[in-house]
Amino acid sequence: MRRGLVPRLLAHAVLLLGAVVMLAPFVWMLLTSIRPAEEVFGAVFNPIPGRFAAPENYARAWNEGNLPRAMLNGAIVCLGILAVQLLAAIPASFALAKLRFRGRGMLFGLVLFGLCVPIQVPALPLYLGLAHAGLLDTYFALMAPFFLTVFGMFLFRQFFRAYPDEVLDAARLDGMGEFEIVWRLATPAALPAIAAFSVFSVVAHWNDLYWPLIVVTSSELATPPLGILAFRDTESGGNYGALMAGAALVTAPLVLAFLVARRAFLRGITMTGLR
Amino acid sequence: MKQQQTPTSEARAAGLTLRGIVKHFGPTRVLDGVDLDIRPGEFLTLVGPSGCGKSTLLRIIAGLEAQSAGSVTIGGRSVDALPPSERDVAMVFQSYALYPHMSVAANIASPLELRRLSLFERLPLLRWLSPRRPRVMREIMTEVRAMAGQLQLEGLLDRRPAQLSGGQRQRVALGRAMVRRPAAFLMDEPLSNLDAKLRVHMRTELAELHARLGATFVYVTHDQIEAMTMSDRVALMDKGRILQLGTPSELYDTPADVTVARFIGSPPINLLEVEASAGGVIRMAGLALRAPGPGRYTIGIRPEALHLGRAAPGLLAARLRRAENLGAEWLLHAETEEGAPLAIRMTAAEHAAADALIGQVLHLSASRAGVHLFGPDGRRVAVEAAVEAPA
Repeated sequence: MRRGLVPRLLAHAVLLLGAVVMLAPFVWMLLTSIRPAEEVFGAVFNPIPGRFAAPENYARAWNEGNLPRAMLNGAIVCLGILAVQLLAAIPASFALAKLRFRGRGMLFGLVLFGLCVPIQVPALPLYLGLAHAGLLDTYFALMAPFFLTVFGMFLFRQFFRAYPDEVLDAARLDGMGEFEIVWRLATPAALPAIAAFSVFSVVAHWNDLYWPLIVVTSSELATPPLGILAFRDTESGGNYGALMAGAALVTAPLVLAFLVARRAFLRGITMTGLR
Repeated sequence: MKQQQTPTSEARAAGLTLRGIVKHFGPTRVLDGVDLDIRPGEFLTLVGPSGCGKSTLLRIIAGLEAQSAGSVTIGGRSVDALPPSERDVAMVFQSYALYPHMSVAANIASPLELRRLSLFERLPLLRWLSPRRPRVMREIMTEVRAMAGQLQLEGLLDRRPAQLSGGQRQRVALGRAMVRRPAAFLMDEPLSNLDAKLRVHMRTELAELHARLGATFVYVTHDQIEAMTMSDRVALMDKGRILQLGTPSELYDTPADVTVARFIGSPPINLLEVEASAGGVIRMAGLALRAPGPGRYTIGIRPEALHLGRAAPGLLAARLRRAENLGAEWLLHAETEEGAPLAIRMTAAEHAAADALIGQVLHLSASRAGVHLFGPDGRRVAVEAAVEAPA
């Protein structure tokens, strides 16, 4: 049954308001990034800048700071973390979902418990450990604390639980080993969940400022947020146009990646009951 | 050509022996010491109500479940220590259990690939380094195409399981099982996801397939009609034990237990509580039966063993509630004076002659062959001599 015009208009108005609230900072960022410095704090707000300053702002952000290097570092760190996370979490969560063994309930309880521990809690012991091992200020230090992901294990377990047991039994009768079952049967079926998890993981570690700030000191290892930070401190001074251009450049890969993986991402979210 | 390698030419059939199979799930005892000898090439059906342990028994034979006690022998070889893939059995599942992201061809090829290619030769990328892989894969695909031809799946080899109908999925599952040429086929309710019409058709196809392959079939179902129509022998299970093992006729004509009598036959057997006199004589529906002693018994009368007669002493009186016309025959539902339901089955001609009206009291006599007597423990009681006329 179709609802009347007024309720539908109302519903859309509410949704539109939410979208505006979510999108406003990004729009502001983009508008500022194409504005010359003198217009950023101008007395009159004019959505269309009087002088179109995008080329110089973006050129400055790209050339004068350390942004290209920081973004490359971000890609290395994010992909490194994601690869190890998937390699470890997929078999672990398959075991938690589908294999019967003593202590499974307790292990899954530990996973749930791990979900409640923020990175700030083990930060100090992790830092000390890395310091004693002489691994501070390395890619490894940036990645290591995130290799084992309880969130990923939880997400994939929920997904694998729905996988039909009879297919697994058929595979065992056909002669597949458990690891082959994981990689050849379960993983292809879990692609939506893997896509959803990858978006969460990459976004979290691309944007992470806290941990890189602790373990990295050299600018060659700076991640995107550290790059922005350094750019603001040293290069731009009060040039908010260039700073916002830098922020837009750092955000762009994530937005693009989400648009590419959007369908799989939404399917992963809805199928694992994470809504 | 590999054409001569179709399974028909090479009958492989193994006998299966189960000894004292016990299975606990925690405190619940699912199987309670099952002994069973399955002959080579036999179509044996495990039938019983849900929860009777039949599926668990099949999974133990397959090696998917470990028994708590007892041993399984397949083809004279103890398989207790062997994983499922090395037991030389194939299984067809209720949900077909096809690999959803693989084509029909890949599904049927998978057991052969797993047997003939090493792990290294199955790895992505690395497998292209194997010099013998292309040849082995060609052989496998030849066999897959031959199998698809046998099962009328030729045009569907590139489809995914989701794009197939239930009957087609069923045939792919059969193909995946048959392509290995196993010594025994294990089938776990393979027809129960099909619609009624297709189920009847697949019963015939499975029986023909069994005759053609000559392989041992162990078939699990809760449907007594499937058990009766396809099997060489039927093992009726209840509460983790085999109550009776025999041909379908043996189970129908001489049920060893009241549960067997109740389970086999449609409409189900009529069961009435009776009291034997001091001399052990039971009078019922015009029959006088001699039981081993006095006491309470359960008498079972098949619906086709009841006949309408004229009012006479000793006949079973029952009021007609409903009559169903099944075309060639009629099914009458009546109720005794004690309120027990009775089903009576007769030919259309008999029904026309009897002129039975709803609400009328019927006088029923029973023929001896369709009458069974069970003791208080539910076991069949031998009826020594039937004294014909009432004394």
